Amino acid sequence: MKDQSNETKTTNVLIVGVGGQGVIMVSKVLAMICQMNGYQVKQSEVHGMAKRGGSVFSHVRFGVQVWSPTIPTGEADVLLALEWAEGLRWLNYLEPSNGTFITDTQHIVPPFACLNRKRGAEKVYSKETPAQIVAEVANGLALDATMIATELGNPRVSNTVLLGTLSTALEFTVEEWLQVISDFVPPKTIEVNRQAFLKGREWAEQAKNGTAREPLVATPETLLAETQITDDFELRLTRAWCKGCDICVKMCPERCLGLDTQQLVTLLHPERCTGCRVCEWLCPDFAIDVIRQEKSA
Amino acid sequence: MDHPVKQSIDKKSKKATQRPMTGNEALARGAWEAGVKVGSAYPGTPSTEIMESLSRFPSEDVAAQWATNEKVACDVAIGASFAGVRAMTSMKHVGLNVASDALMSVTYIGVNGGLVLIVCDDPGIHSSQNEQDSRMFAKFAMVPCLEPSDAQEALDFTKLAFDLSEEFDTPVIVRSTTRLSHTRSAVKLGQRIERDSKGFVDNPSKNVMMPNNARVAHPQLIEREEKLAEYFNTSDINKWQKGRKDIGIITLATSYAYVMETIPDASILKLGASYPLAADLIADFCGSVERVFVVEELEPFVENEIKVMGLAVEGKKYFPRVGEFSPEIVRLGLENAGVLTKPDLPPPHDQRPTPRPPVLCAGCPHTSGYMAIRAMNGRVMGDIGCYTLAAVEPLRSIDTCVSMGSSIGNAIGVAKAGLETKPIIATIGDSTFLHAGIPALIDAVYNDVDITVILLDNHITAMTGGQNHAATGKNLRGDETHRIDFEKLISAVGVKWIRRTDSYDIAAMYQTFREAAEHKGVSVVISDRPCVLDPVKVKGPALTVISENCVACQSCMNLGCPALSWSDQWYDGHHKVKIDGEACIGCTLCAQVCPADSIRPLAVEVH
Repeated sequence: MKDQSNETKTTNVLIVGVGGQGVIMVSKVLAMICQMNGYQVKQSEVHGMAKRGGSVFSHVRFGVQVWSPTIPTGEADVLLALEWAEGLRWLNYLEPSNGTFITDTQHIVPPFACLNRKRGAEKVYSKETPAQIVAEVANGLALDATMIATELGNPRVSNTVLLGTLSTALEFTVEEWLQVISDFVPPKTIEVNRQAFLKGREWAEQAKNGTAREPLVATPETLLAETQITDDFELRLTRAWCKGCDICVKMCPERCLGLDTQQLVTLLHPERCTGCRVCEWLCPDFAIDVIRQEKSA
Repeated sequence: MDHPVKQSIDKKSKKATQRPMTGNEALARGAWEAGVKVGSAYPGTPSTEIMESLSRFPSEDVAAQWATNEKVACDVAIGASFAGVRAMTSMKHVGLNVASDALMSVTYIGVNGGLVLIVCDDPGIHSSQNEQDSRMFAKFAMVPCLEPSDAQEALDFTKLAFDLSEEFDTPVIVRSTTRLSHTRSAVKLGQRIERDSKGFVDNPSKNVMMPNNARVAHPQLIEREEKLAEYFNTSDINKWQKGRKDIGIITLATSYAYVMETIPDASILKLGASYPLAADLIADFCGSVERVFVVEELEPFVENEIKVMGLAVEGKKYFPRVGEFSPEIVRLGLENAGVLTKPDLPPPHDQRPTPRPPVLCAGCPHTSGYMAIRAMNGRVMGDIGCYTLAAVEPLRSIDTCVSMGSSIGNAIGVAKAGLETKPIIATIGDSTFLHAGIPALIDAVYNDVDITVILLDNHITAMTGGQNHAATGKNLRGDETHRIDFEKLISAVGVKWIRRTDSYDIAAMYQTFREAAEHKGVSVVISDRPCVLDPVKVKGPALTVISENCVACQSCMNLGCPALSWSDQWYDGHHKVKIDGEACIGCTLCAQVCPADSIRPLAVEVH
């Protein structure tokens, strides 16, 4: 690791989350406080493709002299995650021997995680529990910031809750934090942001003496055991009854049906069919049946 | 050497105030302080905020405006320079391709008022279709290229660029990158200096580029290049940091920061300009150290120039030609070169990362268009915009994407090739259509092809963060202005079949697209709904899933809407779905595609 004395050391805070959560707002608040305290600050973000719903990150570095705008891998003193899986994505940026990982335990599951159409398929989303990760890092603070914010009446201030927790890992005073936060948030929300900040700070202090509220751990997904799916299905097309109305072709979620040259229904992609029965229900001429049968051994 | 141009770089002023600024804000500030009177640009990540920042200065100081495309923007700036005032244009790297036609000629003409092009490259391809290195264009056009490394230099170098432009009678490129443009750091501010306008200078042999005049101008360019190299040799935009005798590093732009982070004790020559090179300075530096590395992002531009000078330097052997640099990458290169030793790092965490690619927003009006297009089973030529995301699952309905406005031209080519049996469709956004789609549409009519153009009109330049364009009725400063009427425009170029449909009515979209495809000749469908983010955030009443009715058919999941995900309940081996009420804006597309009528407004009680 870097052998710099404390005086010249650059402090690195990596802030990550999902587009629309306020990653940039949080990093601007932090950068402003650092600047107020006479530090040189660099705050670097990349936007463009990552609008709502994409992965967003912002590097904040401060010290006497800061060079690189980005934090090198393994050198983040604090990794602040506004969303659970985003925190895990950047975990290798955390300084391994002394870094602090602060994260909301709430999940934001992207549509991409729910694309698999196989029966019994699982979401493509982190399965690690907060306890597991907290044990893996030097300092782990995993709190249900979204729930705390919801209890305050505004789930959107979860990022300010996390700023409260972050404030216990940095040197700046509560007054400075509250001042800068109230400069950045809409006037109507100053009070709720103030409360959110203090709640997040309180949680961190309680965590130190072991009295903090544990996050509600998202119940592990109820999984279908492979053996529970005991039947197979087959799509049976009675082409004699088909009049080529195209309804099944347009409505099939897997787009596996088509009309052939005679304008009659045909199964173009049997491998894509999930047996969902939408075509069977919608066919006005009862020309499609989904036949279920016990799995052959 | 005492050169008049030097004075533009601010010496430490006691009164100077500091403010945190992104590179883009600093570039705009530099132009404003330099007394720029006209700025014109077309939005493009990562350059968009430059012209937006310039527009925040008073309109009496500077006319800052959006252009229909980068060539127009460049021509506007050239015109202002002709008229005798300082002028600028800003663009992303691929924007320079569009503007290059004007650049290649204006470099022969030179300037009257200072003329600066700010070009933002995108190493790492954060939000672009390629990773081209704009410095090639600087050399191609024989115009100087300044490369700031942080926001302070962004401001200082932009001011200097205007001085150089007038001093050496040349357009000047200031090159930024995504990292510089989008990094915020403290900047010392200066005052604006108003320039006396010289007015238009009547000089046809200089200002009219025809063969006789161009033949005279070309050798002058070569002379100009030599003078600029001579200037850069002694300019204080270069920094020579004396250090270790065994290792010398020549670097520039943000790479300098990574070098300082990684090996601050080396001898370092930081160049302020990548073209033309300060040849004598570089030769002196190379002679003062044992081993010299060139650390630069993307192409070995400086490296090869130095090698041509006959000096032994190493560079791309250790530092990649692709992607964005970082302290890690510079470190790895120096480790591989035997300069640094590999540190002992603990084993990395082995979490399986959750894929989270960018998606179209909840309620995005492009979604239904691509659902309908996919049902048509056509051959679909895509274009540049948010909607390029429809190329991936679950919408997966775009077959190609080349450059701004390509979709219509590509569709004409596919049609003329004569092999395609599917309906041939071009999809193009409103801003992209204005940018480069109109000439292609005229071509389609002129050459009489059978294609369908789907104009995805979301009333804004969405992908770059919501900028106005000629069909929004507002200008860059948000003031009311003339509004292009798409139907009139399209009809005027000779398209006989035009329909406008509501993007939130998916049945109408299916039906209209089908009719459009059946029309022989050019048909145009305008899919009409505003972007859900800009200019105003759209938020209607959220919908909810009546879970007991849900048959887990996944029809709604085909929209790829970020408000939809799997719930913990199952139906026949498949996940039922749920709606995140915070994210849902109530567009009702999912309810429209649900065959089980299980998606309803949240407010309605269901018994």
